[in-house]
Amino acid sequence: MNFKEFLKNNIVYLDGGMGTLLQQRGLQPGEHPEAWNITHPDVIVDIQRSYFEAGSNVVCSNTFGANSLKFEEKELEAVIKAALDNARTARAHSAGEHQKFIALDIGPTGKLLKPLGDLDFEEAVAVFAKTVRLGVKHGAELIVIETMNDSYETKAAVLAAKENSELPVIVTNAYGADGKLMTGATPAAMVAMLEGMGVDALGANCSLGPKQLASVAEELVGAASVPVVLKPNAGLPRAEAEKTVFDVLPKEFSEDLAALVKKGVRLVGGCCGTTPEYIRALVKSTADLTPVPVFDKELTVVSSYTHAVKFGDKPLLIGERINPTGKKRFKQALIEGDIDYILAEGVKQQDKGVHILDVNVGIPDIDEAEMLKNCVCQLQAVTDLPLQIDTSDPIAMEAALRHYNGKAMINSVNGKEESMRAVFPLVKKYSGVVVALTLDESGIPDTAEGRLAIAEKILNTAKEYGIDRKDIVFDTLAMAVSADTSAAKVTLESLYRIRTELHCHTSLGVSNISFGLPNRDAVNGTFFALALGKGLSAAIMNPYSTDMMKTYYTYNTLTGLDENCREYIGVADSFTVSSTATLSETGLKPSDFGSELQDSIIRGFKDKAGEITRELLASVKPLDIVNNDIIPALDKVGRGFESKTVYLPQLLMSAEAAKSAFEGIKSAMSVSGGSSVAKATFVIATVHGDIHDIGKNIVKLLLENYGFHVIDLGKDVPPEAIVHKTVSVHADFVGLSALMTTTVPAMEETIKQLRENAPWVKIFVGGAVMTREYADKIGADVYAKDAMEAVRFAEELLLS
Amino acid sequence: MSTVYTRAFEAPPFNKREMLRYAGCRSADSAIEELMYDAIREASEKLSYNVCFCIVPVVIRDDVCDFGSFCLASSKLAKNLTGCKRALLFGATLGIGIDRLISKYGFTAPSKAVMLQAVGAERIEALCDRFCAEYEIENKVKLRPRYSAGYGDLSLEAQKDIFSMLDCHRKIGLTLTDSLLMAPSKSVTAIVGIEEEL
Repeated sequence: MNFKEFLKNNIVYLDGGMGTLLQQRGLQPGEHPEAWNITHPDVIVDIQRSYFEAGSNVVCSNTFGANSLKFEEKELEAVIKAALDNARTARAHSAGEHQKFIALDIGPTGKLLKPLGDLDFEEAVAVFAKTVRLGVKHGAELIVIETMNDSYETKAAVLAAKENSELPVIVTNAYGADGKLMTGATPAAMVAMLEGMGVDALGANCSLGPKQLASVAEELVGAASVPVVLKPNAGLPRAEAEKTVFDVLPKEFSEDLAALVKKGVRLVGGCCGTTPEYIRALVKSTADLTPVPVFDKELTVVSSYTHAVKFGDKPLLIGERINPTGKKRFKQALIEGDIDYILAEGVKQQDKGVHILDVNVGIPDIDEAEMLKNCVCQLQAVTDLPLQIDTSDPIAMEAALRHYNGKAMINSVNGKEESMRAVFPLVKKYSGVVVALTLDESGIPDTAEGRLAIAEKILNTAKEYGIDRKDIVFDTLAMAVSADTSAAKVTLESLYRIRTELHCHTSLGVSNISFGLPNRDAVNGTFFALALGKGLSAAIMNPYSTDMMKTYYTYNTLTGLDENCREYIGVADSFTVSSTATLSETGLKPSDFGSELQDSIIRGFKDKAGEITRELLASVKPLDIVNNDIIPALDKVGRGFESKTVYLPQLLMSAEAAKSAFEGIKSAMSVSGGSSVAKATFVIATVHGDIHDIGKNIVKLLLENYGFHVIDLGKDVPPEAIVHKTVSVHADFVGLSALMTTTVPAMEETIKQLRENAPWVKIFVGGAVMTREYADKIGADVYAKDAMEAVRFAEELLLS
Repeated sequence: MSTVYTRAFEAPPFNKREMLRYAGCRSADSAIEELMYDAIREASEKLSYNVCFCIVPVVIRDDVCDFGSFCLASSKLAKNLTGCKRALLFGATLGIGIDRLISKYGFTAPSKAVMLQAVGAERIEALCDRFCAEYEIENKVKLRPRYSAGYGDLSLEAQKDIFSMLDCHRKIGLTLTDSLLMAPSKSVTAIVGIEEEL
């Protein structure tokens, strides 16, 4: 019987701890346990044979840390081969007639992935892929990925397993006492991503004892449509007479696990501190139990690296603002690679209360795949909302889905053969919930019947690709009611029938309905209400629209989805106050706004500075606002900082207020077709190996305030990338930041390469460990002790 | 064989003066205070206070400290540990949540990022202090001032030994980059001499 068949109708017994047993037999701290496959095969075989004899159906090879970050290539193959040979020997010599399988064990790399750590996602995939290929070559029968405490690294490992083998894959994560992974994912989020990627079983191991992991196990069982695994520790360790002992003994351990098997856990074993004795007790305590059948929970769920968002509980809001269509300022940001602008749109929409962010960066003449991937990765560094990858380019779609941390929403597929052929394999491989438009080769049907028929065709085709209906959300296409007054009716009827007859969830790009009409928000708000009444599950919408938000909150309140009307009461005030009212309330005349703007910047009032600027733009030329108000205010704060009467946070609050004023000016200029003239171009980066970027971000903010065009390459940037950008834009200045002594060599190397390839450029350095002497030694032009000094020196250099 | 233990703590009391100091403010007006309270409020939801630790033997030979399974060369550490037979080795972290916040505000509001940075710096120090103080009371010992890799003449390279000894990644999710930076960034590892029992 193969493993997948065995898994169907049985409680599966895994093995227990290996590390603790090896330590008892003399493994030294810092020594690789995997090396013992070669140096002490007898010990490994003995332990594994004991597990088989205790009743384990699956024994893991001793390869937890066998990866190319810890072992040289040849050594790695020798270790993995020996590990699998040992497990086979153990099986061959073990007593007992039960089913016995050998799993390739894969643990975490011990590194944190970018952007918070320094391991690149693709590098992580490559590391795991090497281990997987060697495991397959040397006869593993399934793959166990375990003790993963980060969702992104888990994804890398699963992708590697899927891309390099056909073996069954079991994944267990290490949940902390708060019921989450170290990097924040909940059990429901992990279920969404892993199930979507097609793992055969998933669950929890390590960290805690069986009692502390019970709630995680129950949450997993409640959400998962695949079998759930549990391998707890034998409680907590303590030292007793020079020996390490654990506080949960086999009897208690096995009874606790038996209770969870009754609740639906299907694969059980142990982790740190457990021994064959624990497995024997476990087999005994569960011998009379019938395995609880695993059934499809039929949940439509997307996830981020922290949480899952479920369709059907409450209508969901999908923020539509990260999209260049009809937005000049946004297009300009994309062309200039101004990713901050895009990130700010994401954060603002989250603050408005959306649940998912749509991400569309499709404009002609940019590399959409690269841009979409970058935006997705960078957005995931600033927001924990699930993202909706919105593109018609399958290459861009794949690039973004591959690097997405979680189970994404995908926008979109439609009933055309070509579309389904391109999109469904990606949904299957990377997991996702895909928006399906009810149109096909013959266009958009005029009737609900026609749209329903396309929906059915899409569901059937999806099934052929192994995609379940729960992962498809239908968009019945809102069309301009100004062109056809029956348009809304057909859309709504189709929506209702898909919800009630096909039992699928729905989504609508609501605002299309009002195309061509005045005061579109009013139409959108009412249409949204009608659609919600017909069972709309999610809306792609503008969260800055008061009409839309009013409809959303009042609908929830009126349909019993807002307990004690709490959410409505929380936002109700914002529906009546408009931003212009606040300004008039200040009692200011337009002529006072100039000085008022200076005051707002000096006092760091970000929103107010933006509002006043927009008011001012009605009567004052943009450049006059800059020269008469913004720059004088900034100068005053800057001088205060230099004379130490203004502190860093205050300087920054003022700078942010100035930035908000500049944003108003930039929008005005992009609408009028003009463009701001930058003083000079400044390429800045945190050097290779350094993952801290706050200092660099501060310098960037101030430089931008003072009119420099700043190209921010981010953190941990290789010298070649800095040189490439400097040369390609012919930058006037380069600013390099390093925090640690260990990354200064990377700075030195960058300077060396810049001197060879961009001899004209002036190089600024700064950062915690930098000093003037150090800067001279590594050949920089300017050492700036803080951001203000960087601005001053750059301005001086421009004048000289 | 030394066992590595893990421990989770409740939030230690906040020291606002220290936070302001880390943020580069000698005093605070109402705007700075508001920024600080905002940062504390937002950070508090994302912070965890986890420590992993073990006890190692100490033998000092010239300027080399021998901890049984690894040795570190540092005259300053040797001086710090002179007279101790054992040392407490620990790793402490506030988790990844605050790094995410700092990264988010680094883009959208650097003033808040600076303040969060200051809150994190104060919090991790407070965690280390709390851990050491409780260790002293529970074990009836006196601890020497804690000493970290990168201080004085103790090379940052020592982090590799400390991490491998403490299994920091598995125990508390703390990792080391190739350039020897810790991630999550609001983390400390240290070696603390244990004085003879009181």
